[in-house]
Amino acid sequence: MAALTREETEALIQEVLEVYPEKAKKDRAKHLMINDKELESSKKCITSNRKSLPGVMTMRGCAYAGSKGVVWGPIKDVISISHGPIGCGQYSRAGRRNYYVGTTGIDSFCEMNFTSDFQEKDIVFGGDKKLAKLINEIEGLFPLNKGISIQSECPVGLIGDDIEAVAKKAAKELNKPVVPVRCEGFRGVSQSLGHHIANDSVRDWIISNRDGQAFEKTPYDVAILGDYNVGGDAWASRVLLEEMGLRVVAQWSGDGTLAEMENTPFVKLNLLHCYRSMNYISRHMEEKYGIPWLEYNFFGPTKIKESLRKIASYFDDSIKEGAERVIAKYTPMMEAVIAKYKPRLQGKKVMLYVGGLRPRHVVGAYEDLGMEVVGAGYEFAHNDDYDRTIKEMGDATLIYDDVTGYEFEEFVKAMKPDLIGSGIKEKYVFHKMGVPFRQLHSWDYSGPYHGCDGFAVFAKDMDLTLNNPCWNMMQPPWQEKPAKSLLKDPLLKAA
Amino acid sequence: MANIMIRKNEKGYSFYMPKRDIEDSIVSMEFDTPEKWGGEIKLGNGGAYYIEPQTAPARLPYSVRARRIDGVE
Ligand code: SF4
Repeated sequence: MAALTREETEALIQEVLEVYPEKAKKDRAKHLMINDKELESSKKCITSNRKSLPGVMTMRGCAYAGSKGVVWGPIKDVISISHGPIGCGQYSRAGRRNYYVGTTGIDSFCEMNFTSDFQEKDIVFGGDKKLAKLINEIEGLFPLNKGISIQSECPVGLIGDDIEAVAKKAAKELNKPVVPVRCEGFRGVSQSLGHHIANDSVRDWIISNRDGQAFEKTPYDVAILGDYNVGGDAWASRVLLEEMGLRVVAQWSGDGTLAEMENTPFVKLNLLHCYRSMNYISRHMEEKYGIPWLEYNFFGPTKIKESLRKIASYFDDSIKEGAERVIAKYTPMMEAVIAKYKPRLQGKKVMLYVGGLRPRHVVGAYEDLGMEVVGAGYEFAHNDDYDRTIKEMGDATLIYDDVTGYEFEEFVKAMKPDLIGSGIKEKYVFHKMGVPFRQLHSWDYSGPYHGCDGFAVFAKDMDLTLNNPCWNMMQPPWQEKPAKSLLKDPLLKAA
Repeated sequence: MANIMIRKNEKGYSFYMPKRDIEDSIVSMEFDTPEKWGGEIKLGNGGAYYIEPQTAPARLPYSVRARRIDGVE
Protein backbone atom coordinates (compact mmCIF):
# COMPACT_ATOMS: atom_id res chain seq x y z
CA MET A 1 0.00 0.00 0.00
CA ALA A 2 1.29 3.38 -0.93
CA ALA A 3 0.89 6.43 1.26
CA LEU A 4 -1.48 7.98 -1.24
CA THR A 5 -3.63 6.58 -4.00
CA ARG A 6 -2.64 7.00 -7.60
CA GLU A 7 -5.07 9.89 -8.05
CA GLU A 8 -3.89 11.63 -4.91
CA THR A 9 -0.29 11.31 -5.98
CA GLU A 10 -1.15 12.67 -9.39
CA ALA A 11 -2.91 15.62 -7.79
CA LEU A 12 0.06 16.19 -5.51
CA ILE A 13 2.47 16.35 -8.43
CA GLN A 14 0.22 18.84 -10.21
CA GLU A 15 -0.10 20.95 -7.11
CA VAL A 16 3.63 21.04 -6.50
CA LEU A 17 4.41 21.91 -10.10
CA GLU A 18 1.88 24.73 -10.03
CA VAL A 19 4.34 27.34 -8.77
CA TYR A 20 6.78 26.92 -11.66
CA PRO A 21 6.68 29.05 -14.79
CA GLU A 22 5.15 27.25 -17.76
CA LYS A 23 8.40 26.06 -19.31
CA ALA A 24 9.93 24.87 -16.07
CA LYS A 25 6.72 23.10 -15.19
CA LYS A 26 6.77 21.19 -18.43
CA ASP A 27 10.36 20.19 -17.90
CA ARG A 28 10.01 19.10 -14.30
CA ALA A 29 6.83 17.16 -14.98
CA LYS A 30 8.89 14.77 -17.09
CA HIS A 31 11.08 13.93 -14.10
CA LEU A 32 8.26 12.84 -11.81
CA MET A 33 6.31 9.64 -12.08
CA ILE A 34 3.92 7.41 -10.24
CA ASN A 35 5.15 3.88 -10.12
CA ASP A 36 3.43 1.12 -11.99
CA LYS A 37 5.03 -2.26 -11.44
CA GLU A 38 3.63 -3.55 -14.70
CA LEU A 39 5.81 -1.23 -16.75
CA GLU A 40 8.60 -2.87 -18.68
CA SER A 41 10.55 0.29 -19.33
CA SER A 42 10.66 3.58 -17.51
CA LYS A 43 11.42 5.47 -20.68
CA LYS A 44 7.94 6.78 -21.36
CA CYS A 45 7.25 7.81 -17.79
CA ILE A 46 10.39 9.45 -16.55
CA THR A 47 13.18 11.45 -18.05
CA SER A 48 16.58 11.29 -16.41
CA ASN A 49 20.21 12.25 -16.84
CA ARG A 50 19.32 15.69 -18.16
CA LYS A 51 20.73 19.05 -17.28
CA SER A 52 19.20 20.45 -14.09
CA LEU A 53 16.83 23.34 -14.51
CA PRO A 54 18.55 26.69 -13.98
CA GLY A 55 17.25 28.45 -10.91
CA VAL A 56 16.15 25.45 -8.91
CA MET A 57 18.02 23.89 -6.03
CA THR A 58 19.53 20.66 -7.29
CA MET A 59 21.48 18.27 -5.11
CA ARG A 60 23.82 16.94 -7.75
CA GLY A 61 27.59 16.92 -7.72
CA CYS A 62 30.08 17.33 -10.54
CA ALA A 63 32.08 14.96 -12.73
CA TYR A 64 35.16 15.54 -10.59
CA ALA A 65 33.17 14.39 -7.56
CA GLY A 66 32.17 11.25 -9.44
CA SER A 67 35.70 10.42 -10.45
CA LYS A 68 37.85 11.55 -7.55
CA GLY A 69 35.29 11.20 -4.79
CA VAL A 70 33.70 7.96 -5.83
CA VAL A 71 35.81 5.80 -8.09
CA TRP A 72 39.46 6.80 -7.74
CA GLY A 73 39.59 8.26 -4.24
CA PRO A 74 39.08 5.05 -2.26
CA ILE A 75 41.95 3.14 -3.94
CA LYS A 76 44.21 3.28 -0.96
CA ASP A 77 47.69 2.99 -2.40
CA VAL A 78 47.10 5.35 -5.30
CA ILE A 79 47.58 9.04 -4.73
CA SER A 80 44.85 11.02 -6.43
CA ILE A 81 45.89 14.57 -7.13
CA SER A 82 43.10 17.13 -7.19
CA HIS A 83 44.56 19.15 -10.02
CA GLY A 84 43.36 22.73 -9.92
CA PRO A 85 42.31 25.10 -7.13
CA ILE A 86 42.40 23.80 -3.61
CA GLY A 87 38.72 23.91 -2.69
CA CYS A 88 37.34 21.02 -4.75
CA GLY A 89 39.62 18.53 -3.02
CA GLN A 90 39.63 20.02 0.43
CA TYR A 91 35.87 20.29 0.84
CA SER A 92 35.34 16.74 -0.34
CA ARG A 93 38.24 15.25 1.57
CA ALA A 94 37.44 11.99 3.37
CA GLY A 95 33.76 12.94 3.45
CA ARG A 96 32.66 9.60 2.13
CA ARG A 97 34.22 7.57 4.91
CA ASN A 98 35.75 4.93 2.66
CA TYR A 99 37.44 2.84 5.33
CA TYR A 100 40.73 1.13 4.69
CA VAL A 101 43.46 -0.79 6.45
CA GLY A 102 46.84 0.85 6.23
CA THR A 103 48.87 3.68 7.64
CA THR A 104 47.75 6.98 6.26
CA GLY A 105 50.62 8.94 4.79
CA ILE A 106 52.87 5.90 4.60
CA ASP A 107 51.24 3.30 2.40
CA SER A 108 47.64 4.53 2.22
CA PHE A 109 46.48 7.93 1.16
CA CYS A 110 42.68 8.13 0.94
CA GLU A 111 42.17 10.60 3.73
CA MET A 112 44.78 13.04 2.55
CA ASN A 113 44.30 15.87 0.14
CA PHE A 114 46.87 16.22 -2.62
CA THR A 115 46.34 19.27 -4.76
CA SER A 116 48.23 21.52 -7.12
CA ASP A 117 46.53 24.50 -5.47
CA PHE A 118 46.15 26.60 -8.61
CA GLN A 119 46.84 30.30 -8.32
CA GLU A 120 46.23 33.05 -10.83
CA LYS A 121 49.62 32.57 -12.43
CA ASP A 122 48.91 28.91 -13.07
CA ILE A 123 45.77 29.86 -14.92
CA VAL A 124 47.65 32.43 -16.96
CA PHE A 125 50.79 30.44 -17.71
CA GLY A 126 49.43 26.91 -17.45
CA GLY A 127 49.89 24.37 -14.66
CA ASP A 128 51.77 21.59 -16.38
CA LYS A 129 55.15 22.45 -14.89
CA LYS A 130 53.65 22.66 -11.46
CA LEU A 131 52.02 19.29 -11.95
CA ALA A 132 55.29 17.66 -12.97
CA LYS A 133 56.98 19.16 -9.92
CA LEU A 134 54.15 18.02 -7.68
CA ILE A 135 54.43 14.47 -8.93
CA ASN A 136 58.14 14.47 -8.15
CA GLU A 137 57.50 15.84 -4.70
CA ILE A 138 54.93 13.13 -4.06
CA GLU A 139 57.39 10.49 -5.10
CA GLY A 140 59.99 11.90 -2.75
CA LEU A 141 57.70 12.28 0.24
CA PHE A 142 55.52 9.20 -0.21
CA PRO A 143 57.66 6.61 -1.97
CA LEU A 144 55.33 3.75 -1.07
CA ASN A 145 52.56 4.96 -3.36
CA LYS A 146 51.82 2.46 -6.10
CA GLY A 147 50.55 4.93 -8.64
CA ILE A 148 49.24 8.41 -9.14
CA SER A 149 46.07 9.69 -10.71
CA ILE A 150 45.54 13.24 -11.87
CA GLN A 151 41.97 14.37 -11.34
CA SER A 152 41.32 17.50 -13.34
CA GLU A 153 39.18 20.20 -11.87
CA CYS A 154 37.31 22.72 -14.00
CA PRO A 155 40.07 25.27 -14.72
CA VAL A 156 42.46 22.63 -16.08
CA GLY A 157 40.04 21.84 -18.88
CA LEU A 158 39.29 25.48 -19.48
CA ILE A 159 42.89 26.52 -20.00
CA GLY A 160 43.65 23.40 -22.00
CA ASP A 161 46.60 21.98 -20.07
CA ASP A 162 48.14 18.84 -21.50
CA ILE A 163 48.06 16.62 -18.45
CA GLU A 164 48.34 13.50 -20.61
CA ALA A 165 51.83 14.52 -21.71
CA VAL A 166 52.90 15.20 -18.13
CA ALA A 167 51.45 11.88 -17.04
CA LYS A 168 53.19 9.89 -19.74
CA LYS A 169 56.52 11.45 -18.99
CA ALA A 170 56.15 10.97 -15.25
CA ALA A 171 55.02 7.37 -15.67
CA LYS A 172 58.18 6.61 -17.58
CA GLU A 173 60.40 8.33 -15.05
CA LEU A 174 58.78 6.76 -12.01
CA ASN A 175 58.03 3.44 -13.62
CA LYS A 176 54.53 3.38 -12.12
CA PRO A 177 51.11 4.13 -13.53
CA VAL A 178 50.36 7.82 -13.68
CA VAL A 179 46.82 8.24 -14.92
CA PRO A 180 45.43 11.48 -16.30
CA VAL A 181 41.69 11.70 -15.70
CA ARG A 182 39.76 14.30 -17.66
CA CYS A 183 36.96 14.64 -15.13
CA GLU A 184 36.55 18.42 -15.11
CA GLY A 185 33.45 19.30 -13.15
CA PHE A 186 31.67 20.92 -16.06
CA ARG A 187 31.54 17.69 -18.07
CA GLY A 188 28.12 16.09 -18.17
CA VAL A 189 25.09 16.93 -16.11
CA SER A 190 26.05 15.31 -12.82
CA GLN A 191 28.64 13.15 -11.10
CA SER A 192 27.48 10.29 -13.28
CA LEU A 193 29.68 11.23 -16.21
CA GLY A 194 32.59 11.37 -13.76
CA HIS A 195 32.06 7.69 -12.96
CA HIS A 196 32.09 6.93 -16.64
CA ILE A 197 35.26 8.94 -17.28
CA ALA A 198 36.94 7.31 -14.30
CA ASN A 199 35.97 3.85 -15.55
CA ASP A 200 37.31 4.69 -18.97
CA SER A 201 40.60 5.86 -17.51
CA VAL A 202 40.91 2.63 -15.54
CA ARG A 203 40.18 0.76 -18.77
CA ASP A 204 42.83 2.68 -20.71
CA TRP A 205 45.59 2.90 -18.12
CA ILE A 206 45.18 0.14 -15.55
CA ILE A 207 43.14 -2.88 -16.48
CA SER A 208 45.45 -4.44 -19.05
CA ASN A 209 48.70 -3.80 -17.12
CA ARG A 210 49.16 -7.45 -16.23
CA ASP A 211 47.83 -9.07 -19.36
CA GLY A 212 49.82 -12.18 -20.14
CA GLN A 213 51.49 -12.33 -16.75
CA ALA A 214 51.31 -15.37 -14.51
CA PHE A 215 48.58 -15.44 -11.93
CA GLU A 216 47.76 -18.21 -9.48
CA LYS A 217 44.09 -18.73 -10.36
CA THR A 218 41.40 -20.73 -8.61
CA PRO A 219 38.00 -21.60 -10.07
CA TYR A 220 36.41 -19.52 -7.32
CA ASP A 221 37.91 -16.11 -7.97
CA VAL A 222 35.56 -13.14 -7.87
CA ALA A 223 35.91 -9.38 -7.65
CA ILE A 224 33.66 -7.01 -5.76
CA LEU A 225 32.88 -4.04 -7.98
CA GLY A 226 31.12 -0.87 -6.96
CA ASP A 227 31.49 -1.25 -3.23
CA TYR A 228 33.27 1.73 -1.73
CA ASN A 229 33.56 0.39 1.78
CA VAL A 230 31.55 3.22 3.25
CA GLY A 231 31.72 2.59 6.97
CA GLY A 232 33.14 -0.87 6.26
CA ASP A 233 30.48 -2.09 3.80
CA ALA A 234 32.83 -4.05 1.59
CA TRP A 235 34.27 -5.92 4.55
CA ALA A 236 30.81 -6.98 5.68
CA SER A 237 30.11 -8.21 2.15
CA ARG A 238 33.44 -9.88 1.68
CA VAL A 239 33.13 -12.16 4.72
CA LEU A 240 29.93 -13.64 3.33
CA LEU A 241 31.52 -14.38 -0.02
CA GLU A 242 34.58 -15.88 1.58
CA GLU A 243 32.54 -17.99 3.93
CA MET A 244 30.70 -19.54 1.02
CA GLY A 245 34.03 -20.57 -0.46
CA LEU A 246 34.80 -17.84 -2.96
CA ARG A 247 38.11 -16.06 -3.19
CA VAL A 248 37.76 -12.30 -3.37
CA VAL A 249 40.62 -11.12 -5.54
CA ALA A 250 39.78 -7.45 -5.67
CA GLN A 251 37.69 -4.78 -4.05
CA TRP A 252 36.75 -1.90 -6.31
CA SER A 253 37.48 0.43 -4.90
CA GLY A 254 36.83 0.67 -1.16
CA ASP A 255 39.91 -0.61 0.69
CA GLY A 256 41.19 -1.68 -2.72
CA THR A 257 44.68 -1.50 -4.11
CA LEU A 258 46.10 -0.94 -7.53
CA ALA A 259 47.40 -4.51 -7.66
CA GLU A 260 43.91 -5.84 -6.97
CA MET A 261 42.52 -3.83 -9.84
CA GLU A 262 45.24 -5.02 -12.18
CA ASN A 263 44.50 -8.62 -11.20
CA THR A 264 40.77 -8.35 -11.80
CA PRO A 265 40.91 -9.58 -15.42
CA PHE A 266 41.89 -12.99 -14.01
CA VAL A 267 38.67 -13.55 -12.05
CA LYS A 268 35.77 -15.82 -12.96
CA LEU A 269 32.95 -13.47 -12.12
CA ASN A 270 32.58 -9.78 -11.42
CA LEU A 271 30.12 -8.97 -8.67
CA LEU A 272 28.63 -5.57 -9.20
CA HIS A 273 27.01 -3.76 -6.32
CA CYS A 274 26.75 -0.21 -7.57
CA TYR A 275 25.64 -0.64 -11.14
CA ARG A 276 25.62 3.05 -11.93
CA SER A 277 29.25 3.76 -11.15
CA MET A 278 30.96 0.60 -12.39
CA ASN A 279 28.86 -1.01 -15.08
CA TYR A 280 31.18 0.53 -17.66
CA ILE A 281 34.27 -1.35 -16.60
CA SER A 282 32.24 -4.52 -16.05
CA ARG A 283 30.98 -4.35 -19.61
CA HIS A 284 34.51 -3.79 -20.83
CA MET A 285 35.88 -6.78 -18.94
CA GLU A 286 32.99 -8.88 -20.19
CA GLU A 287 33.82 -8.08 -23.77
CA LYS A 288 37.58 -8.15 -23.55
CA TYR A 289 38.18 -10.95 -21.05
CA GLY A 290 34.87 -12.81 -21.19
CA ILE A 291 34.17 -12.26 -17.51
CA PRO A 292 30.44 -12.21 -16.82
CA TRP A 293 29.11 -9.71 -14.33
CA LEU A 294 26.27 -9.98 -11.95
CA GLU A 295 24.38 -7.32 -10.08
CA TYR A 296 23.73 -8.23 -6.48
CA ASN A 297 22.23 -6.60 -3.44
CA PHE A 298 23.50 -7.09 0.09
CA PHE A 299 20.97 -4.92 1.92
CA GLY A 300 18.66 -6.86 4.23
CA PRO A 301 18.21 -10.63 4.67
CA THR A 302 15.75 -11.20 1.83
CA LYS A 303 18.00 -9.66 -0.78
CA ILE A 304 21.15 -11.15 0.72
CA LYS A 305 19.72 -14.64 0.48
CA GLU A 306 18.55 -14.04 -3.05
CA SER A 307 21.91 -12.64 -4.07
CA LEU A 308 23.98 -15.37 -2.42
CA ARG A 309 22.01 -17.99 -4.32
CA LYS A 310 22.29 -16.06 -7.55
CA ILE A 311 26.05 -15.74 -7.12
CA ALA A 312 26.37 -19.43 -6.25
CA SER A 313 24.51 -20.40 -9.41
CA TYR A 314 27.60 -19.40 -11.38
CA PHE A 315 29.73 -21.99 -9.58
CA ASP A 316 29.78 -25.68 -8.78
CA ASP A 317 27.96 -27.53 -6.01
CA SER A 318 30.54 -26.82 -3.33
CA ILE A 319 29.78 -23.10 -3.63
CA LYS A 320 26.05 -23.72 -3.81
CA GLU A 321 26.30 -25.68 -0.58
CA GLY A 322 28.49 -22.93 0.79
CA ALA A 323 25.79 -20.39 0.07
CA GLU A 324 23.20 -22.48 1.89
CA ARG A 325 25.57 -22.91 4.80
CA VAL A 326 26.10 -19.18 5.05
CA ILE A 327 22.38 -18.54 4.84
CA ALA A 328 21.68 -21.13 7.53
CA LYS A 329 24.37 -19.70 9.75
CA TYR A 330 23.18 -16.10 9.57
CA THR A 331 19.44 -16.61 9.42
CA PRO A 332 18.99 -16.92 13.19
CA MET A 333 21.00 -13.76 13.73
CA MET A 334 18.99 -11.84 11.17
CA GLU A 335 15.75 -13.18 12.57
CA ALA A 336 16.77 -11.97 15.99
CA VAL A 337 17.40 -8.52 14.54
CA ILE A 338 14.01 -8.51 12.88
CA ALA A 339 12.29 -9.80 16.02
CA LYS A 340 13.81 -6.99 18.01
CA TYR A 341 13.27 -4.07 15.66
CA LYS A 342 10.29 -4.94 13.49
CA PRO A 343 7.75 -4.27 16.24
CA ARG A 344 9.24 -0.82 16.70
CA LEU A 345 9.41 0.03 13.01
CA GLN A 346 6.45 -1.81 11.51
CA GLY A 347 4.26 0.20 9.18
CA LYS A 348 6.53 3.25 9.12
CA LYS A 349 6.85 5.06 5.83
CA VAL A 350 10.14 6.06 4.28
CA MET A 351 11.09 8.48 1.54
CA LEU A 352 14.47 8.21 -0.12
CA TYR A 353 16.52 10.48 -2.29
CA VAL A 354 20.05 9.26 -2.76
CA GLY A 355 22.58 8.43 -5.43
CA GLY A 356 23.60 5.47 -7.50
CA LEU A 357 22.06 2.30 -6.15
CA ARG A 358 20.54 2.94 -2.79
CA PRO A 359 17.06 4.15 -3.66
CA ARG A 360 16.30 0.71 -5.05
CA HIS A 361 18.75 -1.47 -3.14
CA VAL A 362 17.64 -0.55 0.37
CA VAL A 363 13.92 -1.06 -0.35
CA GLY A 364 14.25 -4.76 0.54
CA ALA A 365 15.98 -4.01 3.82
CA TYR A 366 13.23 -1.62 4.85
CA GLU A 367 10.60 -4.16 3.89
CA ASP A 368 12.34 -6.79 5.99
CA LEU A 369 11.78 -4.48 8.93
CA GLY A 370 8.13 -4.03 8.06
CA MET A 371 8.65 -0.54 6.72
CA GLU A 372 7.49 0.78 3.43
CA VAL A 373 9.24 3.01 0.92
CA VAL A 374 6.63 5.43 -0.40
CA GLY A 375 8.85 7.65 -2.48
CA ALA A 376 12.28 7.26 -4.03
CA GLY A 377 14.49 9.20 -6.34
CA TYR A 378 18.01 9.53 -7.64
CA GLU A 379 20.30 12.46 -8.07
CA PHE A 380 21.99 11.19 -11.19
CA ALA A 381 20.38 7.96 -12.35
CA HIS A 382 19.81 7.00 -15.95
CA ASN A 383 16.82 5.25 -17.43
CA ASP A 384 18.30 1.82 -16.86
CA ASP A 385 18.34 2.60 -13.14
CA TYR A 386 14.68 3.52 -13.20
CA ASP A 387 13.89 0.35 -15.14
CA ARG A 388 15.35 -1.53 -12.22
CA THR A 389 13.65 0.65 -9.63
CA ILE A 390 10.13 0.19 -10.97
CA LYS A 391 10.30 -3.49 -10.05
CA GLU A 392 11.42 -2.85 -6.48
CA MET A 393 8.97 -0.15 -5.53
CA GLY A 394 5.32 -0.59 -4.66
CA ASP A 395 2.52 0.43 -6.98
CA ALA A 396 1.47 4.07 -6.97
CA THR A 397 4.55 5.18 -5.07
CA LEU A 398 6.18 8.40 -6.10
CA ILE A 399 9.42 8.42 -8.10
CA TYR A 400 11.36 11.63 -8.62
CA ASP A 401 14.46 12.30 -10.68
CA ASP A 402 16.90 15.08 -9.76
CA VAL A 403 14.26 16.40 -7.38
CA THR A 404 14.55 20.08 -6.49
CA GLY A 405 14.77 21.30 -2.92
CA TYR A 406 11.34 22.83 -3.16
CA GLU A 407 9.67 19.75 -4.63
CA PHE A 408 11.18 17.45 -2.06
CA GLU A 409 9.96 19.58 0.82
CA GLU A 410 6.47 19.79 -0.62
CA PHE A 411 6.31 16.06 -1.20
CA VAL A 412 7.37 15.43 2.35
CA LYS A 413 4.78 17.84 3.72
CA ALA A 414 2.05 16.06 1.80
CA MET A 415 3.14 12.46 2.17
CA LYS A 416 4.25 12.77 5.78
CA PRO A 417 6.82 9.99 5.82
CA ASP A 418 8.06 8.76 9.19
CA LEU A 419 11.65 8.75 7.99
CA ILE A 420 13.66 10.34 5.22
CA GLY A 421 16.90 8.97 3.87
CA SER A 422 18.94 11.42 1.85
CA GLY A 423 22.10 13.50 1.90
CA ILE A 424 23.72 16.00 4.20
CA LYS A 425 22.35 18.96 2.27
CA GLU A 426 18.81 17.83 2.95
CA LYS A 427 19.36 16.62 6.49
CA TYR A 428 18.97 19.79 8.52
CA VAL A 429 16.08 21.11 6.46
CA PHE A 430 14.07 18.07 7.41
CA HIS A 431 15.33 18.02 10.98
CA LYS A 432 13.95 21.50 11.34
CA MET A 433 10.67 20.34 9.89
CA GLY A 434 10.60 17.72 12.62
CA VAL A 435 11.01 14.68 10.41
CA PRO A 436 13.40 11.90 11.44
CA PHE A 437 16.24 11.73 8.94
CA ARG A 438 19.15 9.43 8.11
CA GLN A 439 21.97 10.55 5.90
CA LEU A 440 22.17 7.66 3.47
CA HIS A 441 25.29 8.62 1.52
CA SER A 442 27.83 7.87 4.20
CA TRP A 443 25.42 6.17 6.59
CA ASP A 444 25.30 9.18 8.91
CA TYR A 445 28.69 8.37 10.43
CA SER A 446 27.61 4.80 11.10
CA GLY A 447 27.78 1.60 9.08
CA PRO A 448 28.43 -0.86 7.67
CA TYR A 449 24.95 -1.45 6.23
CA HIS A 450 25.86 -4.18 3.74
CA GLY A 451 25.78 -7.85 4.57
CA CYS A 452 24.43 -9.59 7.65
CA ASP A 453 26.51 -7.63 10.14
CA GLY A 454 25.49 -4.50 8.36
CA PHE A 455 21.80 -5.28 8.58
CA ALA A 456 22.00 -5.34 12.37
CA VAL A 457 23.55 -1.88 12.35
CA PHE A 458 21.03 -0.67 9.79
CA ALA A 459 18.05 -1.83 11.84
CA LYS A 460 19.43 -0.33 15.03
CA ASP A 461 20.16 3.00 13.35
CA MET A 462 16.69 3.24 11.86
CA ASP A 463 15.18 2.53 15.25
CA LEU A 464 17.43 5.03 17.03
CA THR A 465 16.48 7.72 14.55
CA LEU A 466 12.79 7.03 14.22
CA ASN A 467 11.98 6.36 17.82
CA ASN A 468 14.19 9.03 19.25
CA PRO A 469 12.19 10.90 21.89
CA CYS A 470 13.50 14.22 20.62
CA TRP A 471 10.93 14.26 17.81
CA ASN A 472 8.19 14.75 20.38
CA MET A 473 9.86 17.84 21.69
CA MET A 474 10.03 19.83 18.53
CA GLN A 475 7.48 22.38 19.66
CA PRO A 476 9.09 25.36 21.34
CA PRO A 477 7.81 26.09 24.88
CA TRP A 478 6.21 29.40 23.96
CA GLN A 479 3.79 27.77 21.58
CA GLU A 480 0.39 26.86 22.88
CA LYS A 481 0.35 23.13 23.33
CA PRO A 482 3.07 22.10 25.76
CA ALA A 483 5.52 19.62 24.35
CA LYS A 484 4.85 16.04 25.28
CA SER A 485 6.51 15.29 28.55
CA LEU A 486 9.47 13.00 28.38
CA LEU A 487 8.10 10.87 31.18
CA LYS A 488 4.99 10.07 29.19
CA ASP A 489 7.05 8.71 26.36
CA PRO A 490 6.31 4.99 26.23
CA LEU A 491 9.82 4.23 25.07
CA LEU A 492 11.45 5.80 28.05
CA LYS A 493 9.00 4.30 30.47
CA ALA A 494 9.80 0.89 29.17
CA ALA A 495 13.50 1.50 29.66
CA MET B 1 27.57 6.20 -36.70
CA ALA B 2 28.16 5.27 -33.15
CA ASN B 3 29.76 2.49 -31.23
CA ILE B 4 27.33 0.14 -29.62
CA MET B 5 27.76 -3.01 -27.61
CA ILE B 6 25.50 -6.00 -28.09
CA ARG B 7 25.22 -8.49 -25.29
CA LYS B 8 22.98 -11.35 -24.43
CA ASN B 9 20.90 -11.61 -21.29
CA GLU B 10 18.07 -13.86 -20.16
CA LYS B 11 15.64 -12.05 -22.42
CA GLY B 12 17.72 -12.11 -25.58
CA TYR B 13 19.95 -9.50 -27.14
CA SER B 14 20.46 -6.20 -25.39
CA PHE B 15 21.79 -2.94 -26.68
CA TYR B 16 24.19 -0.57 -25.01
CA MET B 17 25.59 2.68 -26.27
CA PRO B 18 28.53 3.79 -24.11
CA LYS B 19 28.67 7.30 -25.47
CA ARG B 20 25.20 8.14 -24.25
CA ASP B 21 24.80 5.47 -21.62
CA ILE B 22 21.70 4.04 -23.17
CA GLU B 23 20.81 0.50 -22.29
CA ASP B 24 17.83 -1.17 -23.88
CA SER B 25 16.48 -4.48 -25.05
CA ILE B 26 16.64 -5.47 -28.71
CA VAL B 27 13.21 -6.60 -29.79
CA SER B 28 14.17 -7.67 -33.27
CA MET B 29 17.24 -8.13 -35.40
CA GLU B 30 16.93 -8.43 -39.16
CA PHE B 31 19.53 -11.18 -39.64
CA ASP B 32 20.40 -13.61 -36.91
CA THR B 33 22.20 -16.60 -38.37
CA PRO B 34 25.85 -17.57 -37.99
CA GLU B 35 26.62 -16.50 -41.59
CA LYS B 36 24.63 -13.31 -41.69
CA TRP B 37 24.08 -11.26 -38.61
CA GLY B 38 23.00 -7.69 -38.03
CA GLY B 39 20.97 -5.48 -40.31
CA GLU B 40 18.22 -3.40 -38.84
CA ILE B 41 17.73 -3.74 -35.12
CA LYS B 42 14.70 -2.47 -33.25
CA LEU B 43 14.94 -1.40 -29.63
CA GLY B 44 12.50 -1.64 -26.77
CA ASN B 45 12.25 2.14 -26.62
CA GLY B 46 11.10 2.33 -30.25
CA GLY B 47 14.46 3.34 -31.70
CA ALA B 48 16.04 1.56 -34.65
CA TYR B 49 19.68 1.12 -35.67
CA TYR B 50 21.46 -0.49 -38.57
CA ILE B 51 24.47 -2.76 -38.29
CA GLU B 52 26.29 -3.69 -41.48
CA PRO B 53 25.35 -7.39 -41.96
CA GLN B 54 28.31 -9.62 -41.15
CA THR B 55 29.12 -13.08 -39.85
CA ALA B 56 27.89 -13.54 -36.30
CA PRO B 57 30.47 -12.62 -33.64
CA ALA B 58 32.18 -15.58 -32.03
CA ARG B 59 31.53 -14.22 -28.59
CA LEU B 60 29.21 -11.74 -26.97
CA PRO B 61 29.28 -8.99 -25.82
CA TYR B 62 30.48 -7.50 -29.04
CA SER B 63 31.18 -3.89 -29.93
CA VAL B 64 30.23 -2.75 -33.38
CA ARG B 65 29.54 0.44 -35.30
CA ALA B 66 25.91 1.16 -35.94
CA ARG B 67 23.92 3.81 -37.71
CA ARG B 68 20.83 5.35 -36.22
CA ILE B 69 17.83 4.94 -38.46
CA ASP B 70 15.10 6.23 -36.33
CA GLY B 71 13.73 7.27 -33.06
CA VAL B 72 14.39 7.96 -29.49
CA GLU B 73 18.01 8.96 -29.12
S1 SF4 C 1 32.42 21.81 -10.56
FE1 SF4 C 1 34.59 22.21 -11.01
S2 SF4 C 1 35.20 23.77 -9.52
FE2 SF4 C 1 33.30 22.85 -8.76
S3 SF4 C 1 33.96 21.18 -7.38
FE3 SF4 C 1 33.64 20.30 -9.44
S4 SF4 C 1 35.69 20.37 -10.35
FE4 SF4 C 1 35.73 21.80 -8.63
